[in-house]
Amino acid sequence: MTTTATTDTDMAHDDHGHHGPATGFKRWLFTTNHKDIGSMYLWFAFIMFLTGGSMAMVIRAELFQPGLQLIDPDFFNQMTTVHGLIMVFGAVMPAFTGLANWMIPMMIGAPDMALPRLNNWSFWILPFAFSILLMSFFLGGAPNFGWTFYAPLSTTYSNGSTAFFVFAVHIMGISSIMGAINVIVTIMNMRAPGMTYMKMPLFVWTFFITAYLLIAVMPILAGVVTMLLTDTYFGTSFFNAAGGGDPVLFQHIFWFFGHPEVYIMILPAFGIVSTTIPAFSRKKLFGYSSMVYATSSIAFLSFIVWAHHMFTTGMPLVGELFFMYCTMLIAVPTGVKVFNWMATMWRGSISFEVPMMFSIAFVILFTIGGFSGLMLAMAPVDFQYHDTYFVVAHFHYVLVTGSIFSIFAAAYYWLPKWTGYMFNETLAKTHFWCSLISVNLLFFPMHFLGLAGMPRRIPDYALQFADFNMWVSIGGFAFGLSQLIFLAVVIKCIRGGAPAPAKPWDGAEGLEWTVPSPAPYHTFATPPKID
Amino acid sequence: MKGRNLGWLLLGTLFSSAAWAESKYNLTQGVTDVSHEVYDLHMLVLYICTVIGVIVFGAIFWSMFFHRKSKGHVAATFHESTKVEILWTVIPIFILIAMAVPATKTLIDIENNENSDLTIQVTGSQWKWHYRYFDKDVEFYSVLSTPKEQWDNLSGTGAEKGENYLLEVDKQLVIPINKKVRFLITSDDVIHSWWVAAFAVKQDAVPGFINEAWTIVNEPGVYRGQCAELCGKDHGYMPIVVEALPEDEFDAWLEEQRLAAIAAAEAEKASLAAMMTMDELMELGEATYVTYCAACHQANGLGLPPTFPALKGSSVAVGDISEHINIVVNGMAGTGMQAFGKQLTLKELAAVVTYERNAWGNNTGDAVQTADVKAAAGM
Repeated sequence: MTTTATTDTDMAHDDHGHHGPATGFKRWLFTTNHKDIGSMYLWFAFIMFLTGGSMAMVIRAELFQPGLQLIDPDFFNQMTTVHGLIMVFGAVMPAFTGLANWMIPMMIGAPDMALPRLNNWSFWILPFAFSILLMSFFLGGAPNFGWTFYAPLSTTYSNGSTAFFVFAVHIMGISSIMGAINVIVTIMNMRAPGMTYMKMPLFVWTFFITAYLLIAVMPILAGVVTMLLTDTYFGTSFFNAAGGGDPVLFQHIFWFFGHPEVYIMILPAFGIVSTTIPAFSRKKLFGYSSMVYATSSIAFLSFIVWAHHMFTTGMPLVGELFFMYCTMLIAVPTGVKVFNWMATMWRGSISFEVPMMFSIAFVILFTIGGFSGLMLAMAPVDFQYHDTYFVVAHFHYVLVTGSIFSIFAAAYYWLPKWTGYMFNETLAKTHFWCSLISVNLLFFPMHFLGLAGMPRRIPDYALQFADFNMWVSIGGFAFGLSQLIFLAVVIKCIRGGAPAPAKPWDGAEGLEWTVPSPAPYHTFATPPKID
Repeated sequence: MKGRNLGWLLLGTLFSSAAWAESKYNLTQGVTDVSHEVYDLHMLVLYICTVIGVIVFGAIFWSMFFHRKSKGHVAATFHESTKVEILWTVIPIFILIAMAVPATKTLIDIENNENSDLTIQVTGSQWKWHYRYFDKDVEFYSVLSTPKEQWDNLSGTGAEKGENYLLEVDKQLVIPINKKVRFLITSDDVIHSWWVAAFAVKQDAVPGFINEAWTIVNEPGVYRGQCAELCGKDHGYMPIVVEALPEDEFDAWLEEQRLAAIAAAEAEKASLAAMMTMDELMELGEATYVTYCAACHQANGLGLPPTFPALKGSSVAVGDISEHINIVVNGMAGTGMQAFGKQLTLKELAAVVTYERNAWGNNTGDAVQTADVKAAAGM
C-alpha cells in the first residue's frame, strides 16, 4: 500500500503542478485545500483558546481574594460570558473541525473534502463572527448574561450587546453547519474502495456522528437566538410572561441545542483517544463495533436529556423523573467506552510518548468528570449542586481535561505528519506535566467549593471560600502559562527538528501513515485499495 | 506506634460520614429530614463512584506499570469479547437502578407540597428578596447589609470583613421550626434562584410564574444562602438569611411585625401632613439613594450606560417633577427600572426624588414633599 500511495502522490504533483499553492496571503484566502484549511482552523482555535484563556485569568485574578479588587461586577459578567462563548464556539469546535479537515480525507483515502469551496467559506466567516463578538467590548459592553444567555436577562434586561451576540452566533452556526455537511458528504461518498463503514477508523466514525448532531441542533440555536433578537428589538414575547410567553421555554429550546452540543465537543475526543491508545499500546482497539454502537447511543440519548439542566425551574415530578432516568442511562455507553480503553491497554505493550500521556490523562480525568456528571444526574441532589462551583468543576473536567487534552494528544500525534519534523520531546513532556498538575490544582478544589455552597458566576464570595479560591487561581495562572510551552513546541516543530519518517509511531495504523511526512499538498489523487 | 495510631485515626476520620458531614470539603447535612436524605444520596453515589474509580483506574495503572514496552512486555492480540461487553453493559444498569430507587423516593418527597402550615411568598428582584406571609399582613424586603466599604476595594481601602461577609441582610426571613412552611417563589424581573443549602431547597424564581418548595426545619438557628441563578450585575450580592425559631417565639415575632406594619401605615398617613426642610430631604434622600439606587445609577449619578442611564443632567431628573416621581414610584416597563412605590415610604420617595433633582449639579432647587408624591403617582 505504501508504494502505491507514493506513486499516486508523485502523479498528483505532475498533474496539478500548474495550480499548486498560491503564494503569500492569497494562498490562505482562496485555498480550497483541506490541509491548508485544517491548519487555519487549528491556528484560529489556538488563538481563540489563548484569548478565552486570558479572560479566564482575569476572572481568576478577581477571585484570588474576597472583595472587589480589579474589575466591577458587570465587567466580571462580561468576562465569564465571553470566556464561555469563545472556548465553546471559538476554541474547541474549530479545533475539532481543523482535525477533521486535516485527517478525515487522509484516513479514508480521499484527495480532499467533498465540497472544497464550501470548506473555504465555512472557515473564513469565523474570524468575522468573533470580531463582531469581541467588538462589542468597545461598543457599550460585551454580552454579560452568561454563555447560556437566559431570557429575560439577555432580552429586556441586557445591555446593548444582544444584537452583536445574536449575529455572531448566527455566523458561527452557519460555519458549523457547512463544516458538518462537508464531513458527512465526504465520508459518505469519498471513502477508498473497500473501506466499508465498519472498517472506518473510529476517529472518522465519531466525527461522522458528531456532524449529524451539529446539523440537527445548530438550526435550533439559530432559532432561539432569533427569537431572542425579536423579543429584544421587535416587540415579540416568546420569553416574556407579560406578553403570554414563558422564560422557561427559552431554557427548553436552548438546552435542546445545548445538550447535544456538549457531545459535539466530546465525541471527537473519544475518536482521538481511540486512535492513540491502541497505537501506543501496540494492540488493536478493544471492541471496535461496541465503540461505534456506544457512540451512536450517546448521540441518541443526548436528545432526550436536555432538561437535566433545568431541575430547579419548577418542572413537574414526572418530567424530573424522566430526565433523571435518561441522564443516568448515559453512564452505560460512556462506561462501555472507558472500559474498552481500559481493556485496550490491558496486556498491551505500552510506551509513553507525549500523545499517549495526554490520552491516558484524558481517560482518567474525563472519567472523574463523568462521575460528577452521574452525581449531577440525580435530581434530588442536583438541587444542591445546581449552579454551584461543583457544576463548574464538572464541565471543566470534561471539557478541559477531556476535549482539550484530547486535542493536545491529537496535535502531538499528527504534528510529525503535518510538519515533517519530530517535535522537541523534552519540551512537550514539560508541557504535559505542567498542564496536568496545574489543571488539577485549578479544577479539583472547585468540587469542594461547590459542595460547601459557593454559587457560580459571582465576582466576590464569603470568607469560608477564600483559601480554596486562592489555590484555584494559582492553578489557573499556571495552566494558562503552560499553554505557551505548547505554542513554543509547535513553532519549533514547524521550523525544523529531526526529520519525521512516514510513520513515526511504530504501533500506529491507518492510511495517513502511508504517505510521506510532511504530507504532500495533494494526497490520494488515486484512491488506495483497502482489502 | 504513636504515629501509626495517628495514621489510623486520620484514615478513620476520612471515611466516617460524621467527620465529612460538617467539613468544608463536603455537602452540608442540613437541618431537615429532606436535606439528610439528600446528603445520604450524595454520599451513596460518591462511594459508588469511588469504588468504580478504584477498579478502573487500578486496572489502567496496573497496565501502565506491568504491561509496558520498556519492561519487554509483548502485546496480547485479543481485541473483542461479546461476553465482556454484555457484562459491563448490564452490571452498570443494575448499579444505576440501585441509585435510582432511593433518588426517586426522595424526589417524590421533595415534590409533595401538600398540607403546609404556613405559606410565604418569596419574590426576587434585581438584587433583593421580598417575603410576604400569606394572611398575616406581614411583608418586607431583605437586602444585603454588608457595608460597601467591606467589599469595594476598587474605590476604597477595603475595611476589615465581618464574620458573615456577603451573607448578611438587613431583615431576615423568620420561620417556625417543626412546621411545614411552603414557599411560593416568583420574580419581578429576571430569573433568580432561592437557595438555602441547610434545607436542600433551591428553586428558580421565574418572572410571571410561581414555583413551589417546602421545608420543615428541625433545629432552631440562622441559616444562610445565596441567589443561585445569574441575575445581572449584583447577582453575587443578594444573600438569603433565614432564622428558624421555636413556635411560640415565632408567633410573638409575627405579632410584633404585624403591629409594626400598622404603626408604619399610620406614620405614612401622618407624614402626608408634614413639611420637611430641604436639608432633611437631602439627608434622607442621600441615604435612600445609596441603599436603593446607587447599585445601578452609581453614587456619582453617572450610571452605567447604556443599561443604567445617568441621572446627572438627565432629562428626567431636571425635567417635569411629576414624570420623575411617576418613574421612581411605578418603574419603567421593559427596563431594569423597578417600581419603588412599594419598597420605600412616602417620606423616602419624596426625599430621594429631591436628592436626585439637586445632587451632582442638577440644582433644580425643587423640594418634593410627601403630598406631592402621593398626588403625582396617584397612590
